[in-house]
Order: sequence, then C-alpha cells, then structure tokens
Amino acid sequence: MQFFSGSSVVDVSLSPTAPPGTATGHAGNNANVLYIFNRNGVCLLYREWHRLLRTLDASQDQKLMFGLLFSLRSFTAKMDPVSADKGNLGVPLLPGQGCSFYSFRTNTYKLSFMESPSGIKLILITHPKTGDHRESLKHIYNLYVEYVVKNPLYVTGTPIKYASAHVCNVYFLYLLSELFTTNLDQYVKTLI
Amino acid sequence: MAPLAPKTGDAVFASIDHVNAELFTLTYGAMVRQLLTDLEEVEEVNKQLDQMYVGYNIGVRLIDEFLAKSNVSRCVDFKETADVIAKVGFKMFLGVTASVTNWDAEGTSFSLVLEDNPLVDFVELPDTFQGLHYCNILSGVIRGALEMVCNVSMKTEVTWVRDMLHGDDAYELRVKLLKQIPEEYPYKDDE
Repeated sequence: MQFFSGSSVVDVSLSPTAPPGTATGHAGNNANVLYIFNRNGVCLLYREWHRLLRTLDASQDQKLMFGLLFSLRSFTAKMDPVSADKGNLGVPLLPGQGCSFYSFRTNTYKLSFMESPSGIKLILITHPKTGDHRESLKHIYNLYVEYVVKNPLYVTGTPIKYASAHVCNVYFLYLLSELFTTNLDQYVKTLI
Repeated sequence: MAPLAPKTGDAVFASIDHVNAELFTLTYGAMVRQLLTDLEEVEEVNKQLDQMYVGYNIGVRLIDEFLAKSNVSRCVDFKETADVIAKVGFKMFLGVTASVTNWDAEGTSFSLVLEDNPLVDFVELPDTFQGLHYCNILSGVIRGALEMVCNVSMKTEVTWVRDMLHGDDAYELRVKLLKQIPEEYPYKDDE
C-alpha cells in the first residue's frame, strides 16, 4: 500500500519497474493510439499520439473497437485447436475463458491487446515492426492502478477526465490525471 | 502462456511498498472512532463499514491493484478463489495469511480464519459498543472485490462468525456465494 504525503507535486515511485525499453526508433512517441475499456464497454481512456486518419467520430470509433475485440476473442477461442473450454458462440466470453488473443498485425499497424481478470481491456496500436507488447501493456495496467484506481476522487467506471468538485478537490484530481497521462506519455516514449 | 499464479503471497508482499503497521492500525482505529461519533448507532456503523461506503468501494478498487501486482490468472472455481484470497490476497495487503476451512456440502460457502489481525492491535471494545463488528471493512472489501472479478461475477454475503474482540480465540469470516451473474453483452442490439 502506498500513502501519498504532502499536497504539491508528488514524486511517486512506482513499485513495478518498467520493462527495459531500448528507446530507439523515431524521435517522439512510438505508439500511435491507446484505448482503455472497462468491463461494460465504457471507454475509460482514449489517447492518441500519431493518428493520421480519422474515419468515425469518437464514440462510434470506441464502440467499434470494443465490438471488434469482443468478437475477436470469441472467434479466437472458438477456433482454438488445443483447449477444450470454448464456450458457446452466442454467449459473451468471460475474461480469461478460452485462449486469449494477444495482437494482430497489418501492413500499416499492429494492435496489441491485454485483458485483466477484472475486465479492464487495454489496446495499444503501434507501428507494424514492433515486438511483443504484453509486458508493456502490463506495465500500463500498473500505471492505471497506481494513478487512477488509487485516486479517491475517481469514480470507477467513468472516463478518466477531470471531475467537477470543490476548488481544492478539483486541483487534486487534475493533478493526478495529469500525473497519469504524463507518466503514460513518458513510458510510451521508451517503447520500441 | 500465462505465468503460474503464486501459491503464496510472499514474493508479492516483499516486492511492494509497505506502510508502517502502527500507522495503519491507528488510522483505522481513528476512522472507526470518528464513524461512531458521527453516526452514534452501532448498527449504522457496521453497515457503513461493510456495505454502504467504505469497505465495498475499497474492494472494487483493490481488485485491480491485486490483479496488477500479483500474476494470478482466472480462478477456475470458487474453491480456488477462496485459496487465492486467503493466501495471496491477505498476505499482500495485510501481511498475514488466513486459512480456509469449513466448506459446506455444496461448496458454496467457506470460512476464513485469521489468527492475528493487524487491524485490531491495541483495540479493546467497551461494553456500550458490544454489537460493533470492528473489522467489518474486511467483509466489504471481499464482497466488492469478488463482484468485480470474473470467473463469473459473484454476489457474496460475508458475515463474522468469531471475533476476538468479543472474546473468541480467532477471527472467522463466513463467505457465502449467493449467485453468479453471467456475463452480458454491454451494448443493446439496436444501438
């Protein structure tokens, strides 16, 4: 457990150490887009660093992404030639049931996916030559826990934004959302 | 392949930051005392600690931290869930291990026995507050956490059977699985 002390900018050391990123590649961020969804399909965070083409408006885009992953998980579990626990096609899969798919790659991007047993889904879109991002996604999940879940003013299940509250509370929430996005940006810069 | 779930929480416990145990105990004590002063009714305080606000909300957030720090994968059944709570969960957050006993016939309820409980160091219950379940926050936390985790989402009922502050020899929590909520597709078909 960690207790924050003081009210000015707090330097929090994260318990998990980041997996070594060799920080080569283009200057600036190597990731393009990040989505975080919760169990009910609410998009908790949408962050983009390099996105050249936008085809849909934001909420449609997020619904499409969530629906895609839902179906992809069902499909990959059903096509699994190895394990027996497949579930039925019409019924939504539980997180952890069936085999879990990690990523798919096209000629222009690679999409990496991670789902926690509590239903938090993380999607990271990067350039296609990148390696396996499971450890990175795990680290981002840890960042989410440290900065968002532990924030007492954050209402679980709502998008990570600023909330309206009294003056000093707003300042506090603003600071921690800032901390989350700053740390996230810094970490993403080191991804290969 | 998913990494093997840790059988004990020792490794995780060693790797996360610790807070001073006395600070933790005293903070909890101060909070219960303040609740008693504000609410005055022992039953109300019990409810606050468990259901309404404190315990349940902590549980809902704690589950994410637990999953992030320890590499447990999905528990196959309720028995495994019980073991993971007792060995890994309690160890990770309180530094003590609980033992799982008294499974009932259908395997839907079990008891968690705690030999020592850091929340109650230095605590004595005066006679006027004999109905108080001092550690009710633990029942709220377990309930909240289990509702968010997915084997299926479980609605549970957690009650105290034995309580050292009332003169018993150990702490015993009874966890009963009420129902399992199957996963639902979040969007309606017509949207």
